[in-house]
Amino acid sequence: MIRWTTATRTTRTSIIGTVIDWLGVLAIALFAIAAHAAPYVPKDDTVVLEHLPVRPNDPIARELRRLRADLAADPNDLDTALGLARRYFDLAGSEGDPRYVGYAEAALKPWWNLPDPPLEARVMRAILNQYSHDFTGAMKDLDAATREDPKNALAWSWRAAIHMVQADYTAARADCESMKEIDAELAIGCTAYLDGTTGKAAAAYRALSAALARDAKASPDVRVWVRTRLAELSIRQGEVKQAEEHFRAAYLEPVNDQFLLGAYSDFLLDQGRPDEAIPLLVDWVKSDILLLRLALAEQALKAPKAREHIEALRSRFDAAALRGDKLHQQEEARFNLYLLGNKEKALALAQENWKLQREPRDARILLEAALAMKDPMGAQEALVWLERSGYEDPGLHQTAEKLKALKR
Amino acid sequence: MRALLALLLLLAASLAHAHKPSDSYLAIHVEGSSLSGQWDIALRDLDFAIGLDDSGDGDINWGEVKAHRADIAAYALARLKLRSGGADCPTRATEFLVDDHSDGAYSVMRFAASCPGEVTTLEVSYNLFADLDPQHKGLLRLEHGAGTRTAIFSPERATQTFELAKISTLTQFFDYGREGVWHIWIGFDHILFLLSLLLPAVLVLQGGRWRAVERFPPAFWDVFKIVTSFTVAHSITLSLAALGVISLPSRLVESAIATSVVLAALNNVFPLVHGRRWMVAFAFGLIHGFGFASVLRDLGLPQGALLIALVGFNFGVEVGQLAIVSAFLPIAYGLRTSWFYRRLVFIGGSLAIVAVAGIWLVERAFNMKIIST
Repeated sequence: MIRWTTATRTTRTSIIGTVIDWLGVLAIALFAIAAHAAPYVPKDDTVVLEHLPVRPNDPIARELRRLRADLAADPNDLDTALGLARRYFDLAGSEGDPRYVGYAEAALKPWWNLPDPPLEARVMRAILNQYSHDFTGAMKDLDAATREDPKNALAWSWRAAIHMVQADYTAARADCESMKEIDAELAIGCTAYLDGTTGKAAAAYRALSAALARDAKASPDVRVWVRTRLAELSIRQGEVKQAEEHFRAAYLEPVNDQFLLGAYSDFLLDQGRPDEAIPLLVDWVKSDILLLRLALAEQALKAPKAREHIEALRSRFDAAALRGDKLHQQEEARFNLYLLGNKEKALALAQENWKLQREPRDARILLEAALAMKDPMGAQEALVWLERSGYEDPGLHQTAEKLKALKR
Repeated sequence: MRALLALLLLLAASLAHAHKPSDSYLAIHVEGSSLSGQWDIALRDLDFAIGLDDSGDGDINWGEVKAHRADIAAYALARLKLRSGGADCPTRATEFLVDDHSDGAYSVMRFAASCPGEVTTLEVSYNLFADLDPQHKGLLRLEHGAGTRTAIFSPERATQTFELAKISTLTQFFDYGREGVWHIWIGFDHILFLLSLLLPAVLVLQGGRWRAVERFPPAFWDVFKIVTSFTVAHSITLSLAALGVISLPSRLVESAIATSVVLAALNNVFPLVHGRRWMVAFAFGLIHGFGFASVLRDLGLPQGALLIALVGFNFGVEVGQLAIVSAFLPIAYGLRTSWFYRRLVFIGGSLAIVAVAGIWLVERAFNMKIIST
């Protein structure tokens, strides 16, 4: 961060205090040198400072350059703008870098603040807004889009996705129903995702595996998505071996998927096999969510790297706080609970996160933080959710039972 | 099944912030009418905006950054407007460095700006990357006097105005007071001088031999007289020197201070002056006052608040001194009859002080370094 070298005035209360202060300053200075060196001039011109995620000569980079040039020539060309925005949004998904969402937003600038933008721009705006957790704004656009074009599968999918995050299962089911007339397979995926969270994991598993078997030509992206869902559904039914088979199959597909890596490594951590999680994660230290899993695995193994990674996560969460971001709370809660041992802060973050996101993993960290604090009322909403949704995961139910036992 | 691709997006909500978003770190320090700053911008962002990877190998090295220094300065500084009192404060880059933040390497650009008059209101317009990445934010740290504040810039809040309130008189008084306390505590020459005069306060000289005083009050009044006269004396010269009425070369002052310590400590071992040590305190206090004045000058005397600074600093010196005396006196009184105090602390301590101050004297008079203080 920013440091000024000019001396600051400090109050000294005693000579001993002064000595301690100076030792403290020295320790901080040494730490700062180790963890975050002061600005410097590199030794020589060949020192590599940064690796770009996309090489300038890469086909993707070339395509992006071409689209950007086209858009610069005519910023009001909606088709080019949408093409560029979609391309960037895909990159955000595979690289996990929110910068691309900003770039996508910039491409849509002429339409971004219009009350009534063209349909496709409106759907794209909703997709980008939900990325920043503006669910209300996104839903307003999706409502308008599905009214204007009731056959818009993309808009219905996103409605379902947001309703799932908000644990509004009635609305999500209505969205899945609306898809049936547009695309039967899409509706099957939607319904399976919903059923899997609401107590019908076995049926969802059957429907999804049948769909996968029917489509031999499914793209790797689709196969990764379905396999990851099948693995999750297996965990919820207590089928550990089967879950692992699906994770492995998804992992062998030739695509990068941050969500798969996160879910697979969480599975391995839960199974007490942190050593197997590490190879999945070592190349992804730039991703906060995967670095968190890596640090958890290293801590479990008492690996020397754990300290360094915990410090890196700490400074990233600090930077997010400086920026005023509250998008990281689920991960930050986990970080506080398991890597810093700060139960109180973990619970506060998990509660705050629950106000915005109510997916099974949001419930899990809330229950675990409340259990660590021995505060069952602190996770009351997650307990109610677990009961009403019918969510099946035996591990989560065990945590809930322990928490409820504290009430008595 | 192709349509399922759309559902892949279901995951995006949870993936959203796998990375840290784009931020820049801007620090501005205000001093009178001039500003100095440091601006840390991610190399990745600069590469996206102006292109840094000339070799096209996907890596950015220092040579490439260096080759683009002028471009970076032109690009960034064109997107940062500083204004004070309705007039522009033109900026110019002064230095280029690199720093590693938690999410990668940043270009560090130091810059300077000068405003037409003393800055009381600073208007900052921040538009970096606003056209490329509306989610980019600029994190400002603004330093002025003893105060620091922070602000976040985004396209929605691109221009913000900061009132740099005059620091209140009271704050200023205590700021200088704190410096005064601090100075007496780290100014070992002042402490040792005072201790040399105070060590015999719990003893009386009878027939050429030191004996313990019988009661507390005489010891207390002795200390009181010494401390008061030291204070009065150094206050006089501190004020005169700070106000520029008298000025002495610092080498002379520093040497004289060292001499005063040597003499005061020697007087304990070979008593020459006893009953009138307060006069010694006064005489040498005048010299020490010049020493304090040079510290005060180094701190920078605020125009228009000279008196506040002077009184505050002096007040701090007295408070710091009083703290030392009130810690010393009860202990010395309690130990006064012991061999430990009379031989080891009093004679041994005085001799040690003579030795240390003697070295200072040589160092200061001949401008050389023997021990580091």
